[in-house]
Amino acid sequence: MKFIDEYQDSKLAKGLANKIAQRSTKTIRLMEFCGGHTHAILRYGIRQLVPRTVEMKSGPGCPVCVTATADLDKAIALAHLPDIIITTFGDMIRVPGSYSSLQQAKAEGADIRIVYSTIDAVEIAKTNPGKSVIFVGIGFETTAPTVAASILKAQQEKIENFLVLSLNKLTPPVMKALLDSGEIKLDGIVCPGHVSVIIGSHPYEFIPRDYGVACVISGFEPLDILLCIDKLVEQIEKGEPKVEIAYPRGVKPEGNRKARQLMEDVFEIGEANWRGIGIVPQSGLNIRGKYGQFDADKAFSVSPKPPREPKGCRCGDIIRGAAIPLECKLFKKVCTPERPVGPCMVSSEGACAAYYQYGNHENL
Amino acid sequence: MYYRRIWAKIRGAMCLAIPVRIVSITGNEAETEIAGVRRRVSIAFTPEAKVGDYVLLHTGYAIGVIDETEAEETLKLLEEIASLSEVH
Repeated sequence: MKFIDEYQDSKLAKGLANKIAQRSTKTIRLMEFCGGHTHAILRYGIRQLVPRTVEMKSGPGCPVCVTATADLDKAIALAHLPDIIITTFGDMIRVPGSYSSLQQAKAEGADIRIVYSTIDAVEIAKTNPGKSVIFVGIGFETTAPTVAASILKAQQEKIENFLVLSLNKLTPPVMKALLDSGEIKLDGIVCPGHVSVIIGSHPYEFIPRDYGVACVISGFEPLDILLCIDKLVEQIEKGEPKVEIAYPRGVKPEGNRKARQLMEDVFEIGEANWRGIGIVPQSGLNIRGKYGQFDADKAFSVSPKPPREPKGCRCGDIIRGAAIPLECKLFKKVCTPERPVGPCMVSSEGACAAYYQYGNHENL
Repeated sequence: MYYRRIWAKIRGAMCLAIPVRIVSITGNEAETEIAGVRRRVSIAFTPEAKVGDYVLLHTGYAIGVIDETEAEETLKLLEEIASLSEVH
């Protein structure tokens, strides 16, 4: 398929890997922020292709994984209210909350539906006028505009029974939180390609400027990622960290203004609770007062029991890049894709699911 | 089936977007095609998209138009790197 197949060519990949090996003299640590990158890196064996001087760490870029248990518990509590339909993306329903999961709530009779798009959630509201249809909005800047668009559509079409529980989160503020914590030292970041389609390259500029960490925006095919790593190595070797785009067919420096406008119209920035990281200021998207009628947080009051984390699960550490899945005692023994203990094993973007699926455990 | 794998891939993952070709446009919606599979998508975020363009499809929305010139430039660069690294 065009724009996919040509970026998977193994001969070109080998050429690029050789170039990285020739260039790399310093031992460096890179973090791929995005769970989609983690999956591609493991699937195509990119850690085996790059020289041993380049260490790759996985970061918090998995929307399902970073959803705080307390927020998931809230969604489950909402599902049990009368005349409610919960709609959300597929991975979310299997994530264990403190005491239950959306899947378990569904088995107990709650009406929970998986949607592919926010457009589908609005359609469900249209065809079920007697019910309140809540979309559990997770995702970063890639997805947030689609949630904003659903609220605007509901307003235009006067669909008053459509609501959103906004758990949407922002990428640059959590990168700042990770760098500020100093828990792991990074030399460069593989910046998320599709988040950047929306936000562009400017929001990352504080990272090289204030932290001296190189930033290169990458696409998701193996050659895109290798090209990104090559640019990161080049910047770090030269001692000149900056923001570069290694995915120019998708990402423009200014991003997608139209999508951002819709997002800014509907949401205001506030703090957000991240699994494994905690409250990060300026990293969450709350629905503005003028769209308050669509805000599930305002319309319904639920008080789930205090959250508790699954015993022994190291998702929190894995999300921060402080541990890899193989360091979790539950990995592959107790925690599997069939019976996941934590979200990193559930989500198709989770690091544990990627390690489980693609193996390649040597050199890790 | 290849296309099934692609659709399975994008259904589950929230950071993923795949390039699909626009076949026709009606208002804010476009009919798109990838590997013989057609799908209606919203082009509310990409009003500049034209028939024949490839757009990045993410959860039912085109989030950006693929820059074909840049795509070719990147491929040229990759080919250059591969030919240079063979010399060494």
